[in-house]
Amino acid sequence: MSESNIQTIKSSSSTMFDDIKSQNQFRQIIGKFMKHKLAVAGLIFTLFLLVIAVLVPFITPYSPTEVTGNFAAPPNSENWLGTDQLGRDILSRLIYATRISVIVGFGTVAVYVTFGTIIGLLSAYYGGWVDMMMMRITDMFMAFPFMVVILVVVSIVGPSLPSIIFVLALFSWPSIARLVRGSVLSIKQSDYIKAAVSLGYSTPRILFKHILPNATGPIIVNGTFGLAAAILTESGLSFLGMGVQPPTPTWGNMLTEAQSISVLSSQPWLWVPAGLMILLTVLAVNFVGDGLRDAFDPKQ
Amino acid sequence: MFTYILRRIFIFIPVLIGITIINFFIINLAPGSPIDMYLDPNATAESIEAEEEALGLNDPLYVQYFRWLGLILQGDLGYSMSSFEPVSQLIGERIMPTVTLGITSIVVALIIAIPMGVISAVKQNSKFDYFVTGFSFLGISIPNFFLGLALIYIFAVNLNLLPTGGMTTLGGDAGLWVRTLHIILPTIVLATAIAGRKVRYVRASMLDVLNQDYLRTARAKGVHEFWVTNKHALRNALIPIITIVGLEIPLLFGGAIITEQIFQWPGIGQLTLQSILSRDYPTIMAINLIAAVVVLFCNLLTDILYSIADPRIKYN
Repeated sequence: MSESNIQTIKSSSSTMFDDIKSQNQFRQIIGKFMKHKLAVAGLIFTLFLLVIAVLVPFITPYSPTEVTGNFAAPPNSENWLGTDQLGRDILSRLIYATRISVIVGFGTVAVYVTFGTIIGLLSAYYGGWVDMMMMRITDMFMAFPFMVVILVVVSIVGPSLPSIIFVLALFSWPSIARLVRGSVLSIKQSDYIKAAVSLGYSTPRILFKHILPNATGPIIVNGTFGLAAAILTESGLSFLGMGVQPPTPTWGNMLTEAQSISVLSSQPWLWVPAGLMILLTVLAVNFVGDGLRDAFDPKQ
Repeated sequence: MFTYILRRIFIFIPVLIGITIINFFIINLAPGSPIDMYLDPNATAESIEAEEEALGLNDPLYVQYFRWLGLILQGDLGYSMSSFEPVSQLIGERIMPTVTLGITSIVVALIIAIPMGVISAVKQNSKFDYFVTGFSFLGISIPNFFLGLALIYIFAVNLNLLPTGGMTTLGGDAGLWVRTLHIILPTIVLATAIAGRKVRYVRASMLDVLNQDYLRTARAKGVHEFWVTNKHALRNALIPIITIVGLEIPLLFGGAIITEQIFQWPGIGQLTLQSILSRDYPTIMAINLIAAVVVLFCNLLTDILYSIADPRIKYN
């Protein structure tokens, strides 16, 4: 039998085996996840928010920037959650703000997970001075206190939806780069990678088809917690007036007005709903992250 | 171990230099010339040109970087663009309130988190354990500004028990009791987040230790369960806490910005936000640099302390 034949047989039997194995693994992970009641509840809530974010224009009773009548009116039959200082409907703003949070959250995670994963992969696979350089750069980015440096950079590049996603991602990738580097370092030692190298597979093929699939668990878990963190940080930026700018409603900037004692004490409907939405969303996503961590953990 | 510490310090230096470079270039991304802030609106193009030349703003960026670095190394952080005071003086005035609030919050958080984590590990899967998990998730998920506003709403506005903000009562006496009343709410806000993050680490670390052989040996030779948990297990379980406290420092800086803003706490966090809103670049640059250096030092110190506390760690 020629060498290429052996290789074909090897690879076809291994893909077949891989398929069965990964299907089983997938089912096991889903099964473990479903046992975590809070994580399932969190997932349902998160999906609910996603649906809201997509359907925004069809479900808001008013436009988020439309002046609907009474100023700072308490909840009533026309404005279920009342209106703000400018007479805009709170419920509509709350719903519209969901879309902003979803975009910021998923946008940030998509950018930083991709970038951090590539850095981590390359760093661990090549080792040596490449690894040394990349890890020191990671250290540098990690040394800046997150909120401080984000505020500084946002104030310089200007607060807008894309710039906030960019800045959040710019200072979020080091954690995942380190994580991926760690898993790749251990996977790299395994026999099947040595086999892949000796079979002469190309480096990108080994990196993306052989190593990366085995490091996805921790990446997904980190990305989920990162989603919660991005939503929380954006709301903080908006609260301080350095996030997405009014009149676009965000949960954070809906709380900004509550810094005045009169709003805080006499118009709780202006700030409590937005605060609760942030809390519930972040809580739900964190529960999902916890469920995924347990589900991917081989020790459990 | 000595070579390990030396190696850590050796790595620390290029990272430190890298931080100064990143910091310098971030600020230089800012639109406009720093000179715009000082200028007389009637200044002619030639006089602006002459002034820029005199200040060295037309030099290549790397020349400007080294000049700035030289000044920093001599302890000269420049002058604020909004108050025209030396930046070092501004920071000096604000550092103590932030340090006081930070240390109080970490101490309170550990007082809450360590016993909670230990008990929930010992009584794994009990009602208390679930309560602790719930508390931990709430702590990490609640936005600090929402918690702060809610606390002001409840304790200051409605119950009228505590002040809404500030470090002392304006014009009033600044005794220890008054100061204590003022620090309670901001401490709760910061400590909730820290305790929420720590409690699960303590629990996990305690669970790890509780399953180890040497504890079985201790029980077998008749050591009382109380001492098994609180002496034999706790000592090893608490080692990772060193790292975790070290990792809190950067988060504390961030939390301080929002918390100090809500409670009108006159610290570095408030100064940071003020200087960002007024685009006071020399102050921003100095705070950003100092914060990063403090974080880096804390990381180094954490690694060294850890290596002393846990002789099982291998240095390679």
